[in-house]
Amino acid sequence: MIDLLNALVVLGNFVIVPAVSYGAQLALGALGVTLIYGILRFSNFAHGDTMAFGTMAVILTTWGLQSIGIGFGPLPTALLALPVGIAVTAALMLGTDRLVYRFYRRAKAVPVTFVIASLGVMFVMNGLVRFIIGPDDQRFADGERFLISARDFRTLTGLDEGLAIRTTQVITVVVAVIVVAALFWFLNKTRTGKSMRAFSDNEDLALLSGINPERVVVITWLIVAALATIAGTLYGLDKSFKPFTYFQLLLPIFAAAIVGGLGSPLGAIAGGFVIAFAEVTITYPLKKVLGYLLPEAWEPASLVQLLSTDYKFAVSFVILLIVLLFRPTGLFAGKSV
Amino acid sequence: MKKLLLASAAVLASTAAYADGHSPIKLGVILGFTGPLESLAPQMAAGAEMAMAEVSASGLLLDGLTVEPVRGDSTCIDAAAATSAAERLITGDGVSGIVGADCSGVTGAILQNVAVPNGTVIISPSATSPGLSTAEDNGLFFRTAPSDARQGVIMTEILMEQGIESVAVTYTNNDYGKGLADSFQAAYEAAGGEVTISAAHEDGKADYSAEVGALSAAGGDRLVVAGYVDQGGSGIVRAALDSGAFDTFHFPDGMISQALVDNFGDEIDGSTGQNPGTDSPGAMLYQEMATAADYDGTSPFSAEAYDAAALIMLAMQAAGSTDPAAYKDAVMDVANAPGEPILPGELGKALQILLDGGDIDYVGASAVELIGPGESAGNYREVTFDGGELQVVGFR
Repeated sequence: MIDLLNALVVLGNFVIVPAVSYGAQLALGALGVTLIYGILRFSNFAHGDTMAFGTMAVILTTWGLQSIGIGFGPLPTALLALPVGIAVTAALMLGTDRLVYRFYRRAKAVPVTFVIASLGVMFVMNGLVRFIIGPDDQRFADGERFLISARDFRTLTGLDEGLAIRTTQVITVVVAVIVVAALFWFLNKTRTGKSMRAFSDNEDLALLSGINPERVVVITWLIVAALATIAGTLYGLDKSFKPFTYFQLLLPIFAAAIVGGLGSPLGAIAGGFVIAFAEVTITYPLKKVLGYLLPEAWEPASLVQLLSTDYKFAVSFVILLIVLLFRPTGLFAGKSV
Repeated sequence: MKKLLLASAAVLASTAAYADGHSPIKLGVILGFTGPLESLAPQMAAGAEMAMAEVSASGLLLDGLTVEPVRGDSTCIDAAAATSAAERLITGDGVSGIVGADCSGVTGAILQNVAVPNGTVIISPSATSPGLSTAEDNGLFFRTAPSDARQGVIMTEILMEQGIESVAVTYTNNDYGKGLADSFQAAYEAAGGEVTISAAHEDGKADYSAEVGALSAAGGDRLVVAGYVDQGGSGIVRAALDSGAFDTFHFPDGMISQALVDNFGDEIDGSTGQNPGTDSPGAMLYQEMATAADYDGTSPFSAEAYDAAALIMLAMQAAGSTDPAAYKDAVMDVANAPGEPILPGELGKALQILLDGGDIDYVGASAVELIGPGESAGNYREVTFDGGELQVVGFR
């Protein structure tokens, strides 16, 4: 019995807790990608750097708040700075839309033109973020670090294994749930949300029924700015902020959106968790867990690791390929890519 | 054609072999003046050139010859550029010996492509790759820096003395990390220790929880982090502490710095580590001389560069010749006991002793002791972390 508990705790500490918070961060990122794909009809490669820009705005505001002595008790100050970050990012998004994407929209450009344009936007944002905050690591998490640390958990329960839950992991999951709930309420219940869905389903029909397309576009960018900033800030709080790693996040985020089905918000969330759990479990050696579960004689001598951690990033690639081969519309039947 | 012949004759006349008693000896200084080590190269070159100036000023080397440095750029990473720089120094400038190169890769390239075919002695102040210990060198290659194989042995000694017999190892995924991890594993297992896992980590990632999960599952009494403190090494330590996977660590030279203490404070209490360093009087003396000459003598490998240049010139004096074929065998003799110990600033005295037929034991700025195929035995500083402070325990 104790062995079973120990095995569960080990698995919880190294697989479930990290994968759940990582999955929530990916899901929020993938929601942004999927919304743009569904409504504006292109794959936005600048999304990773939009997240970096939003996070940077939040970090700068956080530092400002800290310097005038405003904190958020045991919670990170960055949460207070979120609205400012979202506002700045939204301004940038709308500016980019006016400067770049509107031109192609009016010219009725094919989606691939949009994709390449977004690639250009990505490089510009990339440079912008590095220019303002620099290419280095920034840590901006403050407040209480742990909800429960491994050492406390051990003394509390008397088990051999510890379970550490960081405050940022809990915040990530809670905020993600709130944001997703709010987004679904908005899309399903409000008039604006319904007009956005109509626009996504059939653009011509939506135009005929009197929906203002520019308004839909503006609201989409606002939501995307909020999602990207929140996803980026949560990731940065939980791990650390570095522009290059945000750029690298693009791959798992797109994998999540495509696995779930591009254009499907529910699919983006499911895809985020599928990718996160796959990345963490496939590279996790089961030696310790099996050591607790199996009788002593069967205890494995090797690590029982499916794939070395060096190949972590390959996992999302492989899943992406499998899904595209066998189910091009994704798990939740989004648009075919 | 006539011009070419004349030019060739001029070059020949200027090489050391044809030098008369009055033309100066030329020594090459090939370091990475551009490239990843460009911030260290100036202080290293200054060290080597200070030794040459000291010998020239003494007027005792081979009946009063002076020594003149000729610089070349190794670039640290471009083997072709380093090779052609060395080629130019030997065939063009006619150097009688070379201080350099700095990085292990280009040092190996110069050794194979230029030094061995031309029969020139090279002494590297900073190449630490274990691979150079077994390189085919015809007795021409020496280094005043220790091989990382040596650091692996030192690490093993420190851990074994503390009764740690099972460790997990993670290393930064490059030549330095891999070489150090391998040499440590070999030494540790030979001493009866167990390495449960030796896993690479990539620098510059935000999240190392998967890597730490693997390390933790493999287990071990301590985690050896052969990485960089400003890079993935600290990320690994952070993730290991957060998940409670490891409480204590062992840090090789890439991790020991003030930044480590700033990052983790008392969270890493009980951890151990080592980095190159010596408390010898020579090191203090050298730093004073460097300060007087207006450069930073504490900069890594600067002292080793001074010693490398000094060894070449002392060996020439001992052999009574500037011909590398003659003086290459004298390098080990002047570097090691028996004989009068020589500190930095005492090169004139050393030359006089050798002139009188005496014996010297060059100690120099980095406490030189050449072992095996002619590389520094290496002096390491053993440190522990206690109460959020880095404390020096002793020197090995």
